[in-house]
Amino acid sequence: MNRKLSAIAKVSIVVAIGCILMLWFVPMWRIDLAAPQYPEGISMNIWINDVKGDVEIINGLNHYIGMKTIHKNDFKEFVYMPIALGIFCGLGILVLIFNRRSLFYMWTGLLLLIAAVSMYDFWKWEYDYGHNLDPTAPIKVPGMAYQPPLIGYKKMLNFEALSQPDFGGWFFIVAALLLTGMTVYEWRRASKYKL
Amino acid sequence: MKISHLLLTATVALAVQSCKMKSTESAVGGDAAARTYVAPGKYDEFYNFVSGGFSGQVAVYGIPSGRLLKVLPVFSVNPENGYGYSEETKAMLNTSHGFVPWDDQHHLALSQTNGEHDGRWLFANANNSPRVARIDLKAFKTMEIIELPNSGGNHSSPFLTENTEYVIAGTRFAIPVGNQESPLDNESFKKNFKSTASFIGIDKNTGKMDVSFQIILPGMDLDLSRAGKGPSHGWFFFSTYNTEQASTLLEVNASQKDKDFIVAVNWKKAEEYVKAGKAKKMATEYVRNTFHEETHSATSEIIKEVLTLDPTELKDFVYLIPCPKSPHGCDVDPSGEYIVGSGKLAALIPVFAYQKFVKAIEDKAFEGEYNGIPVIKYEAALHGEVQKPGLGPLHTEFDGKGNAYTSFFVSSEIVKWSLKDLKVLDRVPTYYSIGHLMVPGGDTKKPYGKYVVAYNKITKDRFLPTGPELAQSAQLYSIDGDKMQLLLDFPTIGEPHYAQAIPAEKIRDQSVKFFDINKNKHPYVAAGEKATKVERKGNEVHVYMTAIRSHLTPDNIEGIQVGDDVYFHITNLEQDWDIPHGFAIKHAPTAELLVMPGETSTLKFSPKTPGIYPFYCTDFCSALHQEMQGYMRVSPKGSNVPLKWHTGGEDTTKAVAAK
Repeated sequence: MNRKLSAIAKVSIVVAIGCILMLWFVPMWRIDLAAPQYPEGISMNIWINDVKGDVEIINGLNHYIGMKTIHKNDFKEFVYMPIALGIFCGLGILVLIFNRRSLFYMWTGLLLLIAAVSMYDFWKWEYDYGHNLDPTAPIKVPGMAYQPPLIGYKKMLNFEALSQPDFGGWFFIVAALLLTGMTVYEWRRASKYKL
Repeated sequence: MKISHLLLTATVALAVQSCKMKSTESAVGGDAAARTYVAPGKYDEFYNFVSGGFSGQVAVYGIPSGRLLKVLPVFSVNPENGYGYSEETKAMLNTSHGFVPWDDQHHLALSQTNGEHDGRWLFANANNSPRVARIDLKAFKTMEIIELPNSGGNHSSPFLTENTEYVIAGTRFAIPVGNQESPLDNESFKKNFKSTASFIGIDKNTGKMDVSFQIILPGMDLDLSRAGKGPSHGWFFFSTYNTEQASTLLEVNASQKDKDFIVAVNWKKAEEYVKAGKAKKMATEYVRNTFHEETHSATSEIIKEVLTLDPTELKDFVYLIPCPKSPHGCDVDPSGEYIVGSGKLAALIPVFAYQKFVKAIEDKAFEGEYNGIPVIKYEAALHGEVQKPGLGPLHTEFDGKGNAYTSFFVSSEIVKWSLKDLKVLDRVPTYYSIGHLMVPGGDTKKPYGKYVVAYNKITKDRFLPTGPELAQSAQLYSIDGDKMQLLLDFPTIGEPHYAQAIPAEKIRDQSVKFFDINKNKHPYVAAGEKATKVERKGNEVHVYMTAIRSHLTPDNIEGIQVGDDVYFHITNLEQDWDIPHGFAIKHAPTAELLVMPGETSTLKFSPKTPGIYPFYCTDFCSALHQEMQGYMRVSPKGSNVPLKWHTGGEDTTKAVAAK
């Protein structure tokens, strides 16, 4: 039985690690806001270890509706995320060294798991920020919640919000698609040649 | 019979109609509206900085729309934003004779590098209490004002050399140097009165101004001036009147001579004399005010001496060129080769050639001396005369295509003529009595051309009447074609004298949106609500207050007593574009504040009676702006109410003993 990886799968490991490493250099996710008073737009960029952009402006505006202010230090994710992705990259090198299909499958699964957990966590934060409002807030609209969209467009009072992957997110998506594709490819190759 | 009667009546009526005087309504071209229309949300092509005349300020208009974009406070207090009222800005209007709240602003100069606008600074003159201001074009703020010693009426100012080495200040009134008392008669004038041409050096990096040296000239009136450029770089030319040296009824007495002078100063040579230690130190006293970006505050300093150069002792750096009939404008063309003198009362415009002027000096083609200064023969320096151009020539600008545009006050028109053959090419009426005119970049080595703007002295019927006191007016003309074409009238503030215009893209993108609160080094800044406090130092109380949408912190203050001087130091905590906050407290005679994001500004208030004094934000900052308010409690002197302050719940209350 040949449990070794094909050459193309090995290349995909290197490419995927490269894509994930890009997350240290470009933001992962972005939320863009627009309102009549903000024709130039406001945007928030989420990195694996930080939140940047017009955070202070957003915090200033959100106090009207009683939304909690956003602070980098409130997010343990900014510590865990680089560690998780760092470990993922390290494991990738081990997969390359041990050169086993099974390890490759598990490694791909790990990336998809990180993606799923991250998106769930992101949604949970958005829900929390959008729903847990200060009861003494100056502006209270009955039944109104301010949860930004997980992905896509939403209109909230005078603001329009657009949530989507930033450059880093797209690198992540490329890595995930590549590894999933290669898993399918390897699986088929193994079945076909009964390896 | 009846029909012929009718015809006769009609003919007579028509004849009477055609006998009417020519109307001042000009034919405005059919596409004028489209050419000046700047659609909502779109930007103008040029920033037009226009002197505010007797308002003391500078106005900024968009060209070609003529829309007023901003009034820049420079030499007068400005109730709109607290300039000259706030504790931080009061010092900007200090002079050797105390605080001067209102001056007369005439001319402007945009800083240049290699003879072209560089978009860094705008210089402005104060005509009455002689001063020069430097305005920063990133924040659109007056950053420095320097006073001039030995000057009376700083009219021929603030003209610049081609690399902004110097800004010039020539005195309009001759006065006794040292400003000592002197009898007022012609004999005393001739003996004691002098004119000065001050060269204010400008630091290349910071823009800081210093009076480098003053040239003491015979008593006469220096009117306007221009630096040479290109080949004539190193020279400065001043027009003069009253070379008759009269102290009274100048209307008659200063109009007697057939020719006055253009004073040509070789400032490079003057620099050499200064470097060689040949300038004389003179004790005097003048003030320089500087606005510090980091502390958002101005300080004043007194300077006690000035270097002077006497051209009757140090030879060969000042010459006089005769120029007909009390010249006003003295303008140098983009090539630096031609100097246009505009005799206000002359029926021609003399144009001097720099090369011929230099040769005349070499050949010693002098017709004599005037108070010890050599006078060059008129013909030796003359390039030629523009014949019958109009009445009352004042100023000339250039389009960079070999054409000159001269304003005529008396005949109320702009005349376009050719520098090469001095032939008149076109003329258009102005409404009415034009003073200065301006072609964008028309005083630089590379004019942008496209438009000429007339700044008029009389408005009369051009706009809806508003009583005896009318707005002033400007007129925009296209100079793209062979014929000048009137496009637009627009009202202006104060009285517009000279102006400057610069393509929007040279300034637009550097414009500051707000001040970084982390760089705010104001001694009384509260860089966050946690830093707010109220401190008592004897009868001085300092309130470190913050403003952010939509509350002031603290908004309840107690323990103030009659006899206290309360300083409200307001820090605007916002870090976003266009979120200013204001501050006003009832009965404060020091007016109000307008505080930009990241800035700290101070209002001083000495309450006279016990009671409750409401205060609030004066700038509609947010949906809850109307809630942005608070109270100060003032108790009788010696009261035992402790000093305390808070915003919101009692838990944030801080109390300290009153003493």
